[in-house]
Amino acid sequence: MSKHHVSTTINGAPTEFLCEPQLTLLDVLRDELHLTGSKEGCSSGDCGACSVMVDGRLVCSCLMLAVEAEGHAIETIEGMARGHDLHPLQRKFLEHAALQCGFCTPGVLIAAKALLERNPNPTETEARYWFAGNLCRCTGYDKIIRAVLDAAAELRGD
Amino acid sequence: MLDYTAPSTVEEAIRILAEAPGTAKVLSGGTDLLVQLRSGRTKPDLIVDIKKIPGMSDIRERDGGFVIGAATPGAVIGECEALKRVWPGVVEAANLIGSTQVQGRASLAGNLCNASPAADSVPALIAARATCVVVGANGRREVPVESIPTGPGRTSLRPDEFIVEFHLPKRPPRSADAYLRFIPRTEMDIAVVGAGVSVTLDPGGVCTDARVVLGAVAPTAILVPDAAAALIGRRLDETALAALDQAARRACKPIDDKRGTIEYRTKVAGVIARRAAAIAYERAGERR
Repeated sequence: MSKHHVSTTINGAPTEFLCEPQLTLLDVLRDELHLTGSKEGCSSGDCGACSVMVDGRLVCSCLMLAVEAEGHAIETIEGMARGHDLHPLQRKFLEHAALQCGFCTPGVLIAAKALLERNPNPTETEARYWFAGNLCRCTGYDKIIRAVLDAAAELRGD
Repeated sequence: MLDYTAPSTVEEAIRILAEAPGTAKVLSGGTDLLVQLRSGRTKPDLIVDIKKIPGMSDIRERDGGFVIGAATPGAVIGECEALKRVWPGVVEAANLIGSTQVQGRASLAGNLCNASPAADSVPALIAARATCVVVGANGRREVPVESIPTGPGRTSLRPDEFIVEFHLPKRPPRSADAYLRFIPRTEMDIAVVGAGVSVTLDPGGVCTDARVVLGAVAPTAILVPDAAAALIGRRLDETALAALDQAARRACKPIDDKRGTIEYRTKVAGVIARRAAAIAYERAGERR
C-alpha cells in the first residue's frame, strides 16, 4: 500500500509525515509524531479526549484521517504552554483541582481554549453545553466548569 | 486495501468514482464514515475526499435564497447570521448533530447520505423544500432532498454520484421554520422523534402554506401532507393543533428499540409536531 505524504503545520511548526490512508490524525499524532498529549478514549467522537484544533476549529482527531490534514494548521495540547509558563487555563485547572486521573484533561483544555476564543464571557450553561462532547469519568465536571469560568475572568482582566 | 484521493474538481471526482474498480466512498466531514471504517461496518477500497473541490465548504446567497456546499461543517452553518435569520429551523437542526467537536466537521451531505432515519438535519431540509444538486457520469440533476434516502443506510445515489450543494429557496414575508427533536437527555443523543415545520402566514396570522416532516418514526424522514393541511387556512388554535397532532400520529410507522416503543414514539410525534409548529408560527409572526 502506498503511503501518502502530508504537509501540515503543528503548533506553528511546519511538519511533514508519511501515513497510510486509513490512519486517523490521532494515530499519527501519537504514534508517528510522538505527541501523546491527545488521548484515545472512544475512537467514535463521543468522549473528546482526542480534541485538537484544525484551522481554528475544535474537532476530534479520531474522526479525521491523517491525510485530511494536508495543508491545514493543527494545534494540540503540546502547544498550549509557552515553555514552563502554563496557559491561564492550565494554571486554573491546577488551582481548582479540575482533574483527577487526567485522561480527559488535554481534550478538555483544548475545548476550553476554543470556547474562550469564541466567547470570552460564557455563562455556566453555555460552558456546560460546549463541553457536551468531553467526557470525564472521574466526575469532575463542576470543578472543570469553575476552573474554566475563573480562567475566563482572569483572561478578561476582571 | 484502502486508498485515498482528494480531487480538486467535480469532473475529476466523477471520473474517479465512475472508474473506481471496487467500492468507493465519498468523504465530506467523516464523522459517520470514520466510525464505520473503524468498526468494519464499511470496507471501501477507495475514499474520495471532496473537500478540496472549491465551493464544497461554504455558504452563498443567491436569488434571495442560499446555496450550501455539501461538506460545509455544522459550525460554519451555525455562524451564518443571514441563513439563521431566514431558515432558523434548518440551522438549529444542523447544529443538533453531535458535540461541538462533531460540529467542526459534520456536514449536511454526510447527514443525508448516511441515511439514518433519525438524521436531525433531514426533516428540517425537507420542510424547507430544500433541493440538492447531484452530479455523476450522466450529468447534473437537482432533486428534492426527500428523494435521496430510500431506507436506513440506503440512498438513491448511483455509485458514481455525489451531492455538491444544497439549495434553500427564497422566503415570502411572514415565513419561518423550526426543528425540534426529543431525546431522553439534553445533548449527545439520537432523536427518538424529530419534527421539522415550515409555515407562511398572511398578515392576519392565518397559515397560507405549511410543510410538516417527521424523523425517526419511519425508515426515512416522512413528509406529512395531512399534517400541513391541518395548519393551512387556520390560525394556530386548539383545533389546528389537535388536527396536526392526529395527522402526525397517523403518519408514524416507527420501530420498537432501546430509545422508545412504537406506542411511545407515535404519541411523542404528535407532541413534538405541535411544539415545532408553535415555534415556527411565533418566528413567522416576527418576520414582517
